[in-house]
Amino acid sequence: MAKDRLMDFDKALELFEPVLGFEVHVELNTKTKMFSAAPNGFGDAPNTNVSPVCLGLPGSLPVVNEQAVRYSISLGLALGCSIAPTSRFARKNYFYPDLAKNYQISQFDEPIAFEGQVDVELADGSIRTIPIERAHMEEDAGKLTHVGGSTGRIQGAEYSLVDYNRAGVPLVEIVTKPIFGAEHDAPELAKAYVSTIRDIVIALGISDARMERGNLRCDANVSLRPRGQEKLGTRTETKNVNSLRSVERAVRYEIQRQAVILSEGGSITQETRHWHEDTGSTSAGRPKSDADDYRYFPEPDLLPVVPSAELIEELRAALPEAPAIRRRRLKESWGYTDLEFQDVANGGLLVEVEQTIAAGATPAAARKWWTGEISRLANAAGVEAVSLISPENVAALARLVDDGTLTDKLARQVLEGVIAGEGTPEEVVEGRGLAVVSDDGALIAAIDDALAAQPDVLAKIQDGKVQAAGAVIGAVMKAMRGQADAARVRELILERAGQA
Amino acid sequence: MSELIRKSASELSELLSSGEVSSVEVTRAHLDRIEAVDGEVAAFLHVSSDALDNARSIDERRAAGDALGPLAGIPLAVKDVLVTTDMPSTSGSRILEGYMSPFDATVVAKSRAAGLVPIGKTNMDEFAMGSSTEHSAYGPTHNPWDLDRIPGGSGGGSAAAVAAFEAPLALGSDTGGSIRQPAHVTGTVGVKPTYGGVSRYGAIALASSLDQVGPVTRTVLDAGLLHDVIGGHDPLDSTSLRDEWPSMAAAAREGAAGGALTGLRVGVVSQLSGDGFQAGVRRRYEEALALLERNGAELVEVSAPHFEYAIAAYYLILPAEASSNLAKFDSVRFGMRVSPPGGGTVEQVMSATREAGFGPEVKRRIILGTYALSAGYYDAYYGSAQKVRTLIQRDFEQAFASVDVLVSPSAPTTAFRLGEKLDDPLAMYLNDIATIPANLAGVPAMSVPIGLAPEDGLPVGLQIMAPVREDARLYRAGAALEALLLEQWGHGLLAEAPELGGK
Repeated sequence: MAKDRLMDFDKALELFEPVLGFEVHVELNTKTKMFSAAPNGFGDAPNTNVSPVCLGLPGSLPVVNEQAVRYSISLGLALGCSIAPTSRFARKNYFYPDLAKNYQISQFDEPIAFEGQVDVELADGSIRTIPIERAHMEEDAGKLTHVGGSTGRIQGAEYSLVDYNRAGVPLVEIVTKPIFGAEHDAPELAKAYVSTIRDIVIALGISDARMERGNLRCDANVSLRPRGQEKLGTRTETKNVNSLRSVERAVRYEIQRQAVILSEGGSITQETRHWHEDTGSTSAGRPKSDADDYRYFPEPDLLPVVPSAELIEELRAALPEAPAIRRRRLKESWGYTDLEFQDVANGGLLVEVEQTIAAGATPAAARKWWTGEISRLANAAGVEAVSLISPENVAALARLVDDGTLTDKLARQVLEGVIAGEGTPEEVVEGRGLAVVSDDGALIAAIDDALAAQPDVLAKIQDGKVQAAGAVIGAVMKAMRGQADAARVRELILERAGQA
Repeated sequence: MSELIRKSASELSELLSSGEVSSVEVTRAHLDRIEAVDGEVAAFLHVSSDALDNARSIDERRAAGDALGPLAGIPLAVKDVLVTTDMPSTSGSRILEGYMSPFDATVVAKSRAAGLVPIGKTNMDEFAMGSSTEHSAYGPTHNPWDLDRIPGGSGGGSAAAVAAFEAPLALGSDTGGSIRQPAHVTGTVGVKPTYGGVSRYGAIALASSLDQVGPVTRTVLDAGLLHDVIGGHDPLDSTSLRDEWPSMAAAAREGAAGGALTGLRVGVVSQLSGDGFQAGVRRRYEEALALLERNGAELVEVSAPHFEYAIAAYYLILPAEASSNLAKFDSVRFGMRVSPPGGGTVEQVMSATREAGFGPEVKRRIILGTYALSAGYYDAYYGSAQKVRTLIQRDFEQAFASVDVLVSPSAPTTAFRLGEKLDDPLAMYLNDIATIPANLAGVPAMSVPIGLAPEDGLPVGLQIMAPVREDARLYRAGAALEALLLEQWGHGLLAEAPELGGK
């Protein structure tokens, strides 16, 4: 794969205006699939959560999951959309081995929700309004695993395996209108938008919204047009962007890549691009044109979806508060400074922090853990912080520090243990034998040994130079393998030296 | 020939419930008949090896005093378009050769629950595309009236099985006449219920918005009895109606009891009887109309101006839906798999499989449908066809504002010769001119035998159509007409069919 040349971002923005558009797929966490009674579960043995409908067996017929319809309406309402009094499913026809029927049941010209908008907050606290074109219901495809070959992609693979567990999982696809005026904030806006959608679906409780699991998937459309030009440029659609960080990086990358081509008089190919997390770059996928012919037609196996006005109002009344209002409320109740709150919000960690506090941690501890050590480890591993540890376990960790069982340093080791799958923080403490030694007898024995080994230091302390105790503290902590509270050790040293 | 195979299902029902015969005896008689004549008729693709065991278990339940439905213990032939767990389901296609379904079609499950004994799977045009059963990948079925002639299609196997006394009852499916046209050419009764009246779950889809499963029998009452078993709401089929249905068997009995024709307003569709209809077909049709009139029916000339566009619209809607429904036959999960020499990509394997697995008529319709749905052609073809469909529905609504039922010949000709229209798809398509409008509008329709065409001595059927949800009206009128004809003839029409098993 030839390496793309990239234009300096600021330079690119000087020459071109970026226009964005997003298609976000949200997997709904209903108990069963969109069109059958097969369980909707993640991580089970391949091809176990399947029914004749998900496998497209001869004679099988789809039946709409009413819970999925309710969730879709709720999401549409939360996006400020109008809900169609009548919407219809349509068949999108194309051959692909992960698509059991070789057509996807989706919605085409009659989506369930349309014409909405969602407010997105940037790091500087400014609000941008993203126009929503539609949100429609559809079914997910199965999952292909390409075996053999070096890339794990279909090219060069010896054979491919299909897992239909995901086939028929309910999806809502949220499509924005073209987004103008993002300018330098385009990458950040992309991330903030997806983060907001994530917050909304979590608040609604309709999706697990785990990007690394594909519960929330973003296709980012980017085009550039020369300053002063009215006509939109040719867009690319970058897929496989499965973390908030990647969304930001992918948009920045496409702007820089397209800018080089356009500035040299070249033209952009309308195509899908594949995001590579490891190299931080995109590569060409399949060509995509507006004339892609999916031969849509109304799904004759299903009746139109006609939600009653009562149902829509019932769901509207049950909507959680809007993200912007929610942010204000959380910031106030947590007592964070602007900077502290933005730290959390920009890290896409509002939900995690909220859940950690709900599980018993102080706002300060929750923020410290999520934006500190956990984010650091997540960045190092190139994954989402949320995928490393649950809010409950973070709260438990904070509790162990609070009650003196762990020092900060020990707590970081426990965190590593939790992430490594060794169990809850309590289990890791137990398993690794990491608790602070609070038995003064053991500490005193170690202190006496250390003092005996450094008689000159003892003399200094006894002389009133209490800062000399530092050298002994180090030796004691080493002897205790770090499992001691340094403040207590200091107290005891002074006591033993007759200075307390 | 065993007397038992000549009995209607309702007669067998009485013999079984009174204990005069056992289900094993009835089933064995039919299996023997299949053994004796199916070499000539070729109605069955598969004969059940479990039928006698199933019959025995019904006999045991009856002996134990279990409450059984009226059709318990009676053999049932099942069109191969309906999936079954105990027999292969191929829909007449090579691509599904040997395919075993992990579930039963709802109509099959309901039939089993009612104690019916599935006796075999019947031949059909591949994926129900055809009017002669000649498009079956497994060879044609022969008309018991004349083995050189077609038994109709796509459900020629079910109709021939019933006409040849290989089964008293059969299940069919009707997308554009696949139950009624075979009934017409074999002297049997066939009913296409109201769309949504019978579950489509487990019927291998041809055109989802047109397909409907229904009974194939020798008497109107038998059709009603089977309809009562298979009808009703199915949560697995979203297009299935939630209505409570009256008993069709009761309606048939009412009709046969007399008086049902008095004051019945019978609409004669002027577009469905003129040129293009064989003289003998027209003659029997006119006689049947006269008979209805003599018995109190009021004949009303009715115009359905858009029926003439029905075939054109049908041959856009059907291929469009079929092209999508048949996309699943790609070798990835089930069915035949053909790899090109040296392997190939998954696309090449899909392509080679479909090339080898589908017959010419199926390919023709997939290509037509793919084209009709393509961007830029959708409005002109699929879109226009749907508009015509709406107009045809309006024709029906207008007609039913002034009449109770509509009638026509069930098909323009009697059974044609095998091979006669095989190379002329348009001529073949025209054979469904009378039956297609009912599918486009979703209304129920029945074909009842009304005699033999004088010029060739082959059966002719009368089609009766009723408004949506008024299936019972078909049974009342159909049974009334049947009773009058039986009185006239002194026997059922099939008594005039030639003896089989001579070859």
